[in-house]
Amino acid sequence: MERFKQSVREIARYPSAIGGSLIILFLIGLSVYTMTTIPYQEAIRLWRGGPDVWYHNPATVPPTWVNYFRRDKLPETFTINSENLERDIQDTEDGRQINIAMPFDYSFDSFPQELTLYFHAQFLEKQPYVSITLQTPDGRDIRIADFSVDHTQTYIFSQDTRLTRRLKGLTPREGIFLNLDSGSTTPVKGKYILNLKVLTFEKDADVRAEFVVYGQVAGWAGTDHQRRDIGVALLWGTPIALAFGLLAALGATVTTMFIAAVGVWYAGWVDGLIQRITEVNLVLPFLSILIMVGAFYSRSIWVILGVTILLGIFGGSIITYRSVFLQVKESPYIEAARAYGAGSMRIILFYLIPRVIPLLIPQMVTLIPTYVFLEASLAVLGLGDPVLPTWGKVITDAIANGALFQNQYYWVLEPAFLLMLTGLAFAMLGFVLDRIFNPRLRGV
Amino acid sequence: MAELTLRPESAVPETLPRKKAQNPVVRVTRYVLARVATLLVTVIVGVYLTILIANMGGYVDQIQRAQIREEIQQLALNNAAFKQMSVEERNQRMEEMALLREKRVGLDQPFAIRSFRFLSNALTLNLGWTQNMTSDSGSKQVRNIMLERLPATLLLFATSNVLLFFASIYMALTLSRRYGSTLDKIIVSLAPSGSAPSWFYGVFLIVIFAAALRVLPYGGMVMAPPPENRFDYFLSVMQHLILPVTAITLSTVFLNIYNWRTFFLIYSSEDYVDMAKAKGLNDRALERRYILRPTLPNIISTFALTLIYLWQGAPITESVFNWPGLGSTIVHAIGLYETPVIVGTTVIFAYLLALTVFMLDLIYAIVDPRVKVGSGS
Repeated sequence: MERFKQSVREIARYPSAIGGSLIILFLIGLSVYTMTTIPYQEAIRLWRGGPDVWYHNPATVPPTWVNYFRRDKLPETFTINSENLERDIQDTEDGRQINIAMPFDYSFDSFPQELTLYFHAQFLEKQPYVSITLQTPDGRDIRIADFSVDHTQTYIFSQDTRLTRRLKGLTPREGIFLNLDSGSTTPVKGKYILNLKVLTFEKDADVRAEFVVYGQVAGWAGTDHQRRDIGVALLWGTPIALAFGLLAALGATVTTMFIAAVGVWYAGWVDGLIQRITEVNLVLPFLSILIMVGAFYSRSIWVILGVTILLGIFGGSIITYRSVFLQVKESPYIEAARAYGAGSMRIILFYLIPRVIPLLIPQMVTLIPTYVFLEASLAVLGLGDPVLPTWGKVITDAIANGALFQNQYYWVLEPAFLLMLTGLAFAMLGFVLDRIFNPRLRGV
Repeated sequence: MAELTLRPESAVPETLPRKKAQNPVVRVTRYVLARVATLLVTVIVGVYLTILIANMGGYVDQIQRAQIREEIQQLALNNAAFKQMSVEERNQRMEEMALLREKRVGLDQPFAIRSFRFLSNALTLNLGWTQNMTSDSGSKQVRNIMLERLPATLLLFATSNVLLFFASIYMALTLSRRYGSTLDKIIVSLAPSGSAPSWFYGVFLIVIFAAALRVLPYGGMVMAPPPENRFDYFLSVMQHLILPVTAITLSTVFLNIYNWRTFFLIYSSEDYVDMAKAKGLNDRALERRYILRPTLPNIISTFALTLIYLWQGAPITESVFNWPGLGSTIVHAIGLYETPVIVGTTVIFAYLLALTVFMLDLIYAIVDPRVKVGSGS
């Protein structure tokens, strides 16, 4: 315990170690938060969900916070649901008249991508009839459209050619926000009210409406080409990256150390075999093999993790451990253990291995980012896990959909930033640990 | 991830009795031959393992069978004698022919036997034809596809490796001279950047220089259409090389400098260096003869590791930069399930890795007089 405290105190002397540890703690906290708020199944449902889940998001738009850095504010995305509004209902002879007023503030400097109304109607035979008008802050009253609605109906403003004609040829997404008389080219700012007048022809008929204004920014992380909120992938990428990195690094280092200890202890042909396998493993193209496993067998992240550990067992660090074990093997305390009759496995597990643990810890910590990036690399090759959202998959999607050519930098940079943060945190901590545990490097 | 085959001679206590002085040429030749033999065996075992992995899903067999059936079908279509037969008769005849051919290529034999023939085919890159991929010149032969892509990969990696080596050595020496300076501190704090692979830096470089500043191309090897003039062509290739080479270099250069600087610092505190300094040797000679010389073996073994790491990352680096090399070929082949190309590329990469290790071994043998081969160790 005292030794542990002393190590902690020593680590605390290095600012980079403190920084690294803080970032790691933050990432762990983020993982816990993610896994409690968005359960595994929910994450998969969200990420695999198509337009049903994400219809209220615009496709490929940057996050909302870009507006903080811009003088001309880009329109945000928002949804108004009739469920949350007061409705004015009057009974008529054979049905009802429902008036829904949907007020919204529009104070942005450019036009939204699109405006859409989603209707859900309940009726038996006769379709309800809807009249839509829009009141603008500058006092105009625009007739948008009149039509009867089916059980589910979508009305997209810009696809209505009659509305376009009424707006003197301007596309509706611009036309309804522009005041042509003033000659201005920016939207009129202020309070707009979208009025829906619904006439039903049955007593029990009802209509719900959802008005979505697709802005040019959405969410805290933006959206991808399938309208998905990238935030989900960024959040879920954290526990996956940490789990993959930690498990792979731990699995590879611990088994490597064990094998090195076995080789040194038994010497002779066992040692020779281990060394030959290490040499072969070195020439094996590691990534190509992972690629083949991904292509031919399974793309599950856990299978890939297993293969990674397997290929990592006979990694080069065996050579490092071997040289240390060779020295430790000759120590008097090993001889003492032998004298009292300790078996080979006992000596390996309780006498040899504990001696190199100080060497193991920094090595493991510095290996973690390698594996975190490996997972991302595989995703970039198109071998990412098919169901789970990961950082690498976001980057792949972005590159594959031309994000770099269309100035959609947020799409690449957000996951890349998180990857870098994770890599840097573990690398910084690992470097410090290496200095502390390997005195040869101390002071250099 | 991987460390080196180079014997950590220094790790073993040097109690070996001094051998009689040998002719250096004989010594190096014997060493080289021994290394070639071991590496060759290593490559063969490695490729055999690759084949086992690639075949376990039965893909190799399936593809061969499908190929035979397709050839027979082509044959039947072009053969007038077949046209007069009835459908059943023709199918039966074709099936017989297919079975005969399968027997000829040995598909009726157990995999254990066939795998060795496949091994020799793979080692000689005699992998037959592809299903869907074609080389740029229109060939469907796996070997042609790969040999066409090889120069691009070699160009990219040779350039970046040479640059990496000399930049790292120069910087490391400079820093070891100015130990503790601001520059030194900056580079040391940048060393953890080595944990990110080169494609990662590639993405950033593309964002900055290609997308935002628009000064360098996004990817590819020459502009399209390629310039007629030889000199312009060369210039265009150079321009396209800048970003990938920078990405590869950036990903490891700081870590390299940090490691090598540490070696230099350790060796420059040796007594003989102080002695040489006392003799009045100038800094340059001191560095070259008394510091660089004994550190070179260490430097080369860490550099070999770096190179292996970089080679392993080639598929991704190349596909991010759209570089028409072997790496992007393998990625392309995965998409099309072209097993022969995947195996072939793996084999070439194994060769390249072995060659790299061999060359570094050779340099190691030349610079490190302690390397003893055939001394029974």
